[in-house]
Amino acid sequence: MRLLLGFGSCGLAAGALTVSESMQKVLADTNLQLTLVGCNGMCFAEPLLQVIDDAGENYYYGNLNEDIASNIAKALLAGQIPQQNLLMQDANDFLAPQTRVALAHCGLIDPENIEEYLWVGGYTALKKAVLMNLEEIIAEVKLSGLRGRGGAGFPTWLKWQNTRLAPGKEKFLICNADEGDPGAFMDRSLLESDPHSVIEGMVIAARAIGATQGIIYVRREYPLAVKRIGKAILQAKNKGFLGDNICGSDFNFNLRLVQGAGAFICGEETALIASLSGKRGMPTFKPPYPSERGYHDLPTNINNVETFANIAWIINNGGLSFGDLSNDENSGTKVFALTGKIKRGGLVEVPLGTTFSKVIYEIGGGLKNGKEAKAIQIGGPSGGCLPGKLLSTLKINYEELASVGAIMGSGGLVVMDDSTCMVDIARFFMAFNKDESCGRCTPCRIGMVRLEELLTEICQGQGKEEYIPFLETLGKHVKSTSLCGLGNSAPNPLLTTMRYFPEEYAAHIKEKRCPALKCQALLDYSIDEEKCTGCGQCFKVCSAGAISGMRKQAYHIDSSLCIKCGMCQSSCLFDAVKISSKGVAM
Amino acid sequence: MQQKSCPSSVKPTDTAILAQVTKLASPYKGKEDMLIQVLKKVQTVVGHSSISKDVAIVVAEAMDIPLINVYEVASFYSMFATTPRGKNVIRVCKSAPCHVKGAAEVMEAISKALGVQFGETTPDEKFTLETCECLGICAVSPAMMINDDVYGELTPEKAVEIIKNY
Repeated sequence: MRLLLGFGSCGLAAGALTVSESMQKVLADTNLQLTLVGCNGMCFAEPLLQVIDDAGENYYYGNLNEDIASNIAKALLAGQIPQQNLLMQDANDFLAPQTRVALAHCGLIDPENIEEYLWVGGYTALKKAVLMNLEEIIAEVKLSGLRGRGGAGFPTWLKWQNTRLAPGKEKFLICNADEGDPGAFMDRSLLESDPHSVIEGMVIAARAIGATQGIIYVRREYPLAVKRIGKAILQAKNKGFLGDNICGSDFNFNLRLVQGAGAFICGEETALIASLSGKRGMPTFKPPYPSERGYHDLPTNINNVETFANIAWIINNGGLSFGDLSNDENSGTKVFALTGKIKRGGLVEVPLGTTFSKVIYEIGGGLKNGKEAKAIQIGGPSGGCLPGKLLSTLKINYEELASVGAIMGSGGLVVMDDSTCMVDIARFFMAFNKDESCGRCTPCRIGMVRLEELLTEICQGQGKEEYIPFLETLGKHVKSTSLCGLGNSAPNPLLTTMRYFPEEYAAHIKEKRCPALKCQALLDYSIDEEKCTGCGQCFKVCSAGAISGMRKQAYHIDSSLCIKCGMCQSSCLFDAVKISSKGVAM
Repeated sequence: MQQKSCPSSVKPTDTAILAQVTKLASPYKGKEDMLIQVLKKVQTVVGHSSISKDVAIVVAEAMDIPLINVYEVASFYSMFATTPRGKNVIRVCKSAPCHVKGAAEVMEAISKALGVQFGETTPDEKFTLETCECLGICAVSPAMMINDDVYGELTPEKAVEIIKNY
């Protein structure tokens, strides 16, 4: 019997440490062992225990606390499968519709123990690859149709071939683990849950392009991923999968870990190389591409974590089988980080060509309150906001997403319901991109500030009608005149919300109304006389003197004095302060 | 580009600390590549104070690189502080998934409990409040990180409770 406790960052933040301690107390000196694994993707149920009995049957226990966990441990010791009522009912609804390649071992093995990776067939692809010649490896990856999973979707084999054929006797390999998109955590989870699969993919890539040195660049916000990948590198070296004469061949490859210092832009490949060289993470002009001249001016191949995690599977199962996984011209699978107002949020891996509604309603279980999705935000701050009505027909496909104004991106998928204001979301992303702009190109440096200012005015009810065409023109200018991927895509959230939700912009500007009841300046506060007990709490906290009334009678808000700070609402114990957005008569 | 103020107004750094900084940086003389890694170590030596001008000068001299390069890097990355920070740095995630799940209310409660705004340090130098980019635990959002500890599923009350433990 195997007891697997989720010990990724998500599990730990939800309290997995105390759960493990309470179980260890019960299991100490018994023949039952707790295995601390990464995350199996069901972040919505953390802390999470998976029990695999001797017959191979799976049982999932979610949202554990110390007491329940200790009871489960006692029952298991007594040879019983613990109470039916503690079992998660929807684990299979979440897991069964998925196809897992990159995430295959996540949550099933101890990421800090190389023996467990070997036990599930780890490093067999590498042993195979050292016997293949370089062209054969690249040909296999070409057959697979694998494209970069970091966002842009450039064919992986072509990148490898370009680096391999570029003049220069030494080649360099980099794994981009500077996953900065808000709402994206596929790479963190992979590094925390199955670091060896990424290392194996890198060693195979190094062999194919002829690199002898490589770096994994991990962002600083992921301390646990850094710890686990560092450990994995040491273990792989000791086993002869890294270093000199890998698997007994004449092939040498050394890998080291570099931690970023907190800058979103470093996920852009030329900025990443600048950062590795001890400089500000500022993008440079392409060409020359890194495959021609990159780190230390050597031809350099940069791929994303998830891309590398697919390589071992492709070498083991053949490129064609990878294509067969999907029923679409885009081959293979893609991992998404499903978040926002979703019932079952976590990591989901599906074949490309799957519709978004399958991911959101079937796997994710729909929205928390049973509402319809108003919009999804895909591709992070450079992606787009797409309306709910598109989801049933829109497929997960690089070209289809581009045609509706979004991008595949790295895999962040934020689900929003009618309580999210699309103008506020656009403002939010413009603020993010403004902060993260490196400042090199004027259109991005100043344009983003301007876009945020205008959107803030609209959210505060000071927008004017002429802002709409201006926002669009400025957004397009920033896109077309910036150097790197950040500026080229930064206005996307604005442009897509304007395209799909023009009525919300109109409501804010013309009627001074926020339909989602989010933009504070456009709200009206009033007191529900039925609910008000006359306790006077709101009267005490109102700094504007807008609330009047007598104790034990319903209080009243004078809207002409109200500064809309919301203090009365947060102080009311009886939920008597109502919000509405009436707007102004036209 | 995040604005950071000029570090020249900061009180002088202790000479013993400066000596430690020199010792740390000297092995990397001429290796500008290593600047970020050196500054990371320097940041731990100077503790919750910052990479101020006198520290930057020492690093530049020890590594034999222009002072502007050191300041450029120190002011660019959010991990480095050019103004003093409190003993504990509270970073609340401000990214989209946390935003839609109530990070603003959490920030308001923390700010109220400590009596300072985000971007400021408490007068007793115990806490500095900052926002940060996605911590990648969006499924248990809203989230925050205090030093290297990560906390999820925050409510305004829970966040304030957690801070009391520091």
